[in-house]
Amino acid sequence: MIERSEVMGQPEPALADHPSASDPTTAPGPTVDPVGQPAPAESPVPGQAVPVGVADELPVNGYPGGVDTVSNAGATPGDLQPYAELGLRDDEYDRIRQILGRRPTQSELAMYSIMWSEHCSYKSSKVHLRQFSEKAPPSDRMLAGIGENAGVIQISEQLAVTFKVESHNHPSFVEPHQGAATGVGGIVRDILAMGARPVAVMDPLRFGAADHPDTARVLPGVVAGIGTYGNSLGLPNIGGEVVFDSCYQGNPLVNALCLGVLPVQRLQNKAAAGAGNVVVLLGAKTGRDGIGGVSVLASATFDDGSEQRRPSVQVGDPFMEKLLIEACLELYDAGLVVGIQDLGGAGLTCALTETAAAAGTGMRVWLERVPLREASMQPHEILASESQERMLLIVSPEKLDAVLRIAEKWGVPASAIGEVTPATPAADGTTAEPGRLLVTWQGHTVVDVPPGSLVDDGPVYARPMREPADLILLQADRAETLPRPATAEALRETLLRMIASPNLCDKTWVTEQYDRYVLGNTVLAQPEDAGIIRIDEQSGLGVAISVDGNGRYTRLDPYNGAKLALAEAYRNVAVTGAKPVAVTDCLNFGSPEDPGVMWQFAEAVRGLADGCAELGIPVTGGNVSFYNQTGAAAIHPTPVVGVLGVLDDVAQRVPMGFARTTGNDHDLIFLLGETRLELSGSEWAWVTHQHLGGVPPRVDLAAERTLAELIAEAARVGHLRSAHDLSDGGLAQALVESSLRHGVGARIALPEGFTAGSMPFVFLFSESAGRAMVAVPRGHEKAFTALCAERGVPWTLIGVTDTAGNELEIRDQFTIGLSELRTVHGATLPSLFGDGAGAPLADAAPSGFETGDAAVAPTATEQDGTPPAATPTGTDQRAAADQGGSDQSGADQDGAAPTGSDQATSASAAGADEPAGSSTGPATAAGPATTRADDTTTTAADTAAGTDAAPIDGASVATGPGQDQDAARTGDGERPTA
Amino acid sequence: MTARIGVVTFPGSLDDRDAARAARIAGAEVVPLWHDDPDLHGVDGVVLPGGFSYGDYLRCGAIARFAPVMETIAAGARDGLPVLGICNGFQILCEAHLLPGALTRNQHLHFRNRDQVLRIESAGTAWTNAFQPGQEILIPVKNGEGCYVADGRTLDELEATGRVVARYLGGNPNGSLRDIAGISNEAGNVVGLMPHPEHAVEALTGPSLDGLGFFTSILKHLAGAPA
Repeated sequence: MIERSEVMGQPEPALADHPSASDPTTAPGPTVDPVGQPAPAESPVPGQAVPVGVADELPVNGYPGGVDTVSNAGATPGDLQPYAELGLRDDEYDRIRQILGRRPTQSELAMYSIMWSEHCSYKSSKVHLRQFSEKAPPSDRMLAGIGENAGVIQISEQLAVTFKVESHNHPSFVEPHQGAATGVGGIVRDILAMGARPVAVMDPLRFGAADHPDTARVLPGVVAGIGTYGNSLGLPNIGGEVVFDSCYQGNPLVNALCLGVLPVQRLQNKAAAGAGNVVVLLGAKTGRDGIGGVSVLASATFDDGSEQRRPSVQVGDPFMEKLLIEACLELYDAGLVVGIQDLGGAGLTCALTETAAAAGTGMRVWLERVPLREASMQPHEILASESQERMLLIVSPEKLDAVLRIAEKWGVPASAIGEVTPATPAADGTTAEPGRLLVTWQGHTVVDVPPGSLVDDGPVYARPMREPADLILLQADRAETLPRPATAEALRETLLRMIASPNLCDKTWVTEQYDRYVLGNTVLAQPEDAGIIRIDEQSGLGVAISVDGNGRYTRLDPYNGAKLALAEAYRNVAVTGAKPVAVTDCLNFGSPEDPGVMWQFAEAVRGLADGCAELGIPVTGGNVSFYNQTGAAAIHPTPVVGVLGVLDDVAQRVPMGFARTTGNDHDLIFLLGETRLELSGSEWAWVTHQHLGGVPPRVDLAAERTLAELIAEAARVGHLRSAHDLSDGGLAQALVESSLRHGVGARIALPEGFTAGSMPFVFLFSESAGRAMVAVPRGHEKAFTALCAERGVPWTLIGVTDTAGNELEIRDQFTIGLSELRTVHGATLPSLFGDGAGAPLADAAPSGFETGDAAVAPTATEQDGTPPAATPTGTDQRAAADQGGSDQSGADQDGAAPTGSDQATSASAAGADEPAGSSTGPATAAGPATTRADDTTTTAADTAAGTDAAPIDGASVATGPGQDQDAARTGDGERPTA
Repeated sequence: MTARIGVVTFPGSLDDRDAARAARIAGAEVVPLWHDDPDLHGVDGVVLPGGFSYGDYLRCGAIARFAPVMETIAAGARDGLPVLGICNGFQILCEAHLLPGALTRNQHLHFRNRDQVLRIESAGTAWTNAFQPGQEILIPVKNGEGCYVADGRTLDELEATGRVVARYLGGNPNGSLRDIAGISNEAGNVVGLMPHPEHAVEALTGPSLDGLGFFTSILKHLAGAPA
């Protein structure tokens, strides 16, 4: 679970004082150097050779021979050591002396300080994180879980996937490009270490206020860094988040998730088993970059001095990582690896101690055999360096040559730096005790420690916790009492304002900088609810992943906020038709030394663990990031939750966009779940009132589970043409996104109970959880609603899609053309960060994938004769060109304007007043192939009428008691704005 | 006999497996070629795939040009061996002087990935004969250095001799001169294309099936159909 602080990307001038492996003259050539550079044991290493930046953090040594040895440490027990500067407490330092029976050497002190830092040891979080294991539901799919580099989930007899999300927050604030790039690199190596080929990445990102000047520095750098590294590795970026909130101004959250695939039998582990086996360092040379990154950089809050820490951020070389991936996979397939561990946070120190501790063995390492970028590096620097693109391999001696040959083939340096030593026989000669890690440098013994003492015996703290004093007041200040729009015009303006707001606007400016196509298995990618990757080309087996979090909800209620994040990720996976099976999390919080933050953390972990138990899916791994605060101000507690689901056949995936239908045909739009008056913590409260207060929406995980099962079943039998999760921005946001995806509009009628006063607003903008919007092809509605009733999922028929209309109509309220929606939705990020990169496509052509299926072909155009308003590149004809002779487009053009019959249909569908068949007649002709015979004469009106007149089940209509109650209770506080 | 199409893997190639899949879907037998091996193993045509060969350090395609396999490919290309360079492959072909001009940093300085409409300007090459001249197709474009440049005389000559193979429509994604997305050599056997047809060959994973035409074209060409 150690957060790896790795770096990738192109070297930048600011960092040029650190030689980089990206130098083309050194990168491709294999360097097989089992001997290392000879140097006289007495060679004087003057103190001034320690570079600036390191000297600040590690002692300038004045030891005989230039290096502090074990024997020297024994001889000078009273030497003062700068343990406090390295972040160790008095009692922690005493404990080290106790473990070693002497003072630590300089190298040992560096190693303990890193491994016992919050970042590596999880000393503040450990006592809470245990719940993930203790409360974990049974899973027969999990092949590896918490404690490994990443969790591994079996998805078929032969195949498994591994996935994990991690943070790289602090480095990304100091140096956005490299910080973010190495965040990608680090998580990719974790996945690689499990034996998997990395196949996709996702990036949940959080920045300060969108219009803050520093956001203009951080965001473009982060996005470019992720793009540069991920694109260069050939990994499709299939989703993530881009969230703005001023609480992240000084602490942006750059989380990175990677997905990998492996044949079950290729699963690797990190144990350095087998005395006599060789320890091989594979990958880039070791340099001074990232020294102190873990113990100093990642555990410190930011102040004005952060400029000086720039050299602590690592620099990445994605090309080397790509070669490393290919070399490792070839090594695995050839069966040449006994154990493997990536080098991330804490570099060699972590890899050596973790591999030895995992096997209970010892290790003998010759440090001068480590290939260096700078020959003057000191032992403690070599041990602490976080240079990127390195892996530690344990191989048997007779296979060493074969390993070096494969490394050479891929042009990856490889060096045998040590060997595994046996466990120490116990005093009584019977049972063995763990071995010791013995590190020498040019003949001097600089480290002699029990490896487990660094890995497992670090300090564990049950830090004080206290509910923040302001929470009660905060929760009492409910957003449900804020003035709400109550006229059609105000509602229209609210919708336009909301979809243009930074958190809800089109994120194309960002996602366009990521390659989503490479590897050719991306079935869905952003802006879809979840990314879907095809794993098996023959069977169509695939996985869906979504990552979600909502810091505002968690601020208001950490326990339920964490559950809501889980629920949203779970639902996002479920609406694609996938079955959710596993969870990963990245827990971003302020300082654990603040009892209020610690309480938030404990509550969030408890919520997440309980939530996973309720949903029956285990946490398989993740990461904690503390100290996300500037001065006394912590970020909102922000657990980011990733859920992975399995699809037996990705061809059955359900996309989010309304599908183009032929002729006058329409799909029926259903809202699943209950809509309550729930506005606290909502995007609306924030955007229109800058308000954060109250309690977040109710979370009912049993209902989420039922909803997921319903959608999976409905998808399997072909009832669903599209499905979209409802979350931030509520139904209004979902309608806009589903309409714009393929340029297919919708006509919506407000259901009973939501027509008067500000209730239309509540219906459109409430953020009640457990809801999804689905489009059902005609002919399927009876079977679908019967399924809903059977499962006990509340449903409401709210309208119809309208391919020809090119507009979104909320009946009796407003109608907005899709071109206006698109312009408003798409203009925000380009106007903030420059038009160059992100000018959205100027027409209805989709930016995504749902284009192969004829029913959802990307034939969307603005053919209604209404020119899109001020589209950035003015390319309407380009959309027409998209048609490529498609017959649907012809049909659309012929019947361009919405006909009277169209409108009647929509109205009747939604309003449910018309007799069956009055407007459009039987749906037979246009019905999909899977239409059941007994449904073929059903029309939208039929179903809608049935809905109102004879609910299949009292519980199955959306206007449940909870909703009325809420509405009534809060009605008094309602002050219409218009 | 099935046509044998070689797909070269350089260190840093990324879309090699995608190019191989596309060729296979089109009906070709795919032969993996390795950058360090000058032997073309008797292939009938070669695809240089997208990616960042040798990290694209120095300049995109500048190091790959000197790979052992490229010597054989360049010699073959001069003798009529069909070669398609996609994205990084296009850059390599320019660096190798098999095609004129160069690909430079996108004008807006960002990597850009979007679905792009192209117009096929020349159906007379080994790799485009399955299209109709003027046909509009939709395939992904994704690059950071895809801005095609050449001097005015070269551009005029390319236009005059029908060697502009494809042009961006509805917005130029990288600033390429005269909206050029792809060009060919004089004989029409060597084609460089910035967008990625190999990502538009399956309904489930691409924006269209339009990319398949490049791969069926080469099969048609090799089967002896008039190019």
